[in-house]
Amino acid sequence: MLRLYLKALSTGVLTEPVPYIDKDRLLETVGLELKTAIGRKFSRSLAIRHIDAGSCNGCELEIHALNNVYYDIERFGIHFVASPRHADVLLVTGPVSRHMQAALLRAYDATPAPKWVVASGDCAACGGEFGASYASCGAVKNVLPVDATIAGCPPSPLQLMQGLLNTLKVL
Amino acid sequence: MTETTKPNGAWDVFMSELNALAEDQADRRALSGVDMLMLAPENWGKSAQIARSHDARWAGVWADDLSGRFRVDCCFECQGRYLILRTAVAAEHPELPSHAPFYPAADRAERHVRDMFGIRFIGHPLQEQRWTRHLAWADDEFPLRKDFPAQGFPQASTPPDKDYPFLKAEGPSVYEIPVGPIHAGIIEPGHFRFQAVGETVLHLEERLGYVHKGIEKIAEGRDPVSLAKLAGRISGDTTASHAWAACRAMEAAAGLSCSERADYMRGILAERERVINHLGDMASMCNDVGFAFGYYQFGRLRELWLRDNRTLFAHRLMMDCIVPGGVAVDLKFDDCAAMKETIATLRAELSDLIKIIDANSSLEDRFLAAGVFSPAQAQALGALGFVGRASGQVFDVRKAPGYPPYDRLDLTVPVETDGDVAARFWLRYKELRTACRLLEQMLEQMPEGAVLADWRTPEAGAEGFAAVEGWRGEILCYVRFDQGNRIARYYPRDPSQINWPALEKIQIGNIVPDFPVCNKSVNGSYSGQDL
Repeated sequence: MLRLYLKALSTGVLTEPVPYIDKDRLLETVGLELKTAIGRKFSRSLAIRHIDAGSCNGCELEIHALNNVYYDIERFGIHFVASPRHADVLLVTGPVSRHMQAALLRAYDATPAPKWVVASGDCAACGGEFGASYASCGAVKNVLPVDATIAGCPPSPLQLMQGLLNTLKVL
Repeated sequence: MTETTKPNGAWDVFMSELNALAEDQADRRALSGVDMLMLAPENWGKSAQIARSHDARWAGVWADDLSGRFRVDCCFECQGRYLILRTAVAAEHPELPSHAPFYPAADRAERHVRDMFGIRFIGHPLQEQRWTRHLAWADDEFPLRKDFPAQGFPQASTPPDKDYPFLKAEGPSVYEIPVGPIHAGIIEPGHFRFQAVGETVLHLEERLGYVHKGIEKIAEGRDPVSLAKLAGRISGDTTASHAWAACRAMEAAAGLSCSERADYMRGILAERERVINHLGDMASMCNDVGFAFGYYQFGRLRELWLRDNRTLFAHRLMMDCIVPGGVAVDLKFDDCAAMKETIATLRAELSDLIKIIDANSSLEDRFLAAGVFSPAQAQALGALGFVGRASGQVFDVRKAPGYPPYDRLDLTVPVETDGDVAARFWLRYKELRTACRLLEQMLEQMPEGAVLADWRTPEAGAEGFAAVEGWRGEILCYVRFDQGNRIARYYPRDPSQINWPALEKIQIGNIVPDFPVCNKSVNGSYSGQDL
């Protein structure tokens, strides 16, 4: 147990207050802007329900990374919730597979208004590598009204934060 | 393929018995260096029976529409060597004896072929039960037939697949828990149906196919570069290895070999992929039993390697780095030196962490003896990768049959026999250390030279087969070219397609709250299985 505490203490706080990308304090800047916007528009707390509607799972890996110690996105007022009933925003990834269409529509219906849909990643935004076919509806906008998109294959954690910030600006 | 020339007693007996079934015994063929036997359809079932009697592993089945008939291939592995059996059935009456009575792994794979081509597998215990198909296309439509358009005939809105016949338990106090397709976390969709009494699971049935995107269909007509890109998106966490498998198969069809440096670069990308995924899984397994320390520490190490990937290869997950003919990235001398340093750091960090984890009794309480998958079960299923190797199965494509660059490296494959969650955790740790050693060897031995060879257009009908050890285990890939450098058929077999049923077995008798950690310890790809 002592080893655990020593390791935890010697690891220290890694959550980034300082520059990482382009050495220009981007993470901190974007994070603070996000926090301000969430403070103003969502009383400091934005609840996101992520839905994989057919993704290759690349997008999920990077959304996961938002919760690691470096990004620690909860400090900016964003949390990922387990039910659409608790959500302000549905963050949808993947092209919408036809087999997921009904589930996605039900999750959308279960989300209380006011609600916003963000199509995250190239597949969700425009169909990406898969497009529309017998098995896929293509972009999320073919199934649900979409309020904003985030480009990237997959969007990196920082691109996700910037994308969410841009979303908040247009809401 | 130097391996194929080695004398091997058990293999020879296996081959001679199967050869007696072959249509024309003088007609010995090979597909990309792998032995191939042509069988009459009526001998198809018998071949599986013989293979079973020799403990050959059933590795996959795929079909192809050759206007007027369907060609069906099945891949076995015996003693580290592959064998492909091939047959053809008339399109008017597409029926074949099933392999599922001999091999549980053939169950879903044959149902996939049935849903996609309309080939019926006689003697399959669930012959009428669809697998990949939900309700997006009709039961008399078969998307992988050439006369079916890629756009299909979709309805405006696909109804939910609510009448799938799950196995139900009955009796006092028995209840059912439906979970998914949308789960509570940031995770792929799929449905799990539990039959439980109190906390104890009596039965778990998986219903997958929710993220079926028609990958095999939309691969048709692509050029090699575009196919490699699609292969890199079969399962985002396995982007490098799937692209590698697809490129190796296409290169085999084209009769093209990569430069030695390109082989090493591909090996480096694949081992880095193994490292980031194992670190991510170990973090998540800790998280699923509420051990936040492990979650943050392993997640921290993973993020550092993702950032290095971005610096070295311009992509955190290394997508689109492996391309037909070689790789699209290269390492400079300084990059290699920096990578060696991060490997040394990772090794030191892991040594620190594993001591802490080993001494943690609450973690031990949750991991040890949870989700046991016995070596006998693993053998019967032909379980792959860390799932198989944590249950005594030694197979590793890198070791045997082997492929470049691993045939030039010193590789020991770690194996555990307890088969529980702890064994799968511990095995990942050992594989991390193996990956570190392999990376160091590759950085040390990698020769100078070009990393991308000029592409050579294969002739129409050229076929290629390849196997690669991805981080989840063996990936198989089959391609056939049409004229004009276009893909006529692409079939990728992700290890998840084989391994998913393992989760059903290991959950039996475990408590419902242990499902997340049991699931994570197997960590099948939904996208890789659904295609």
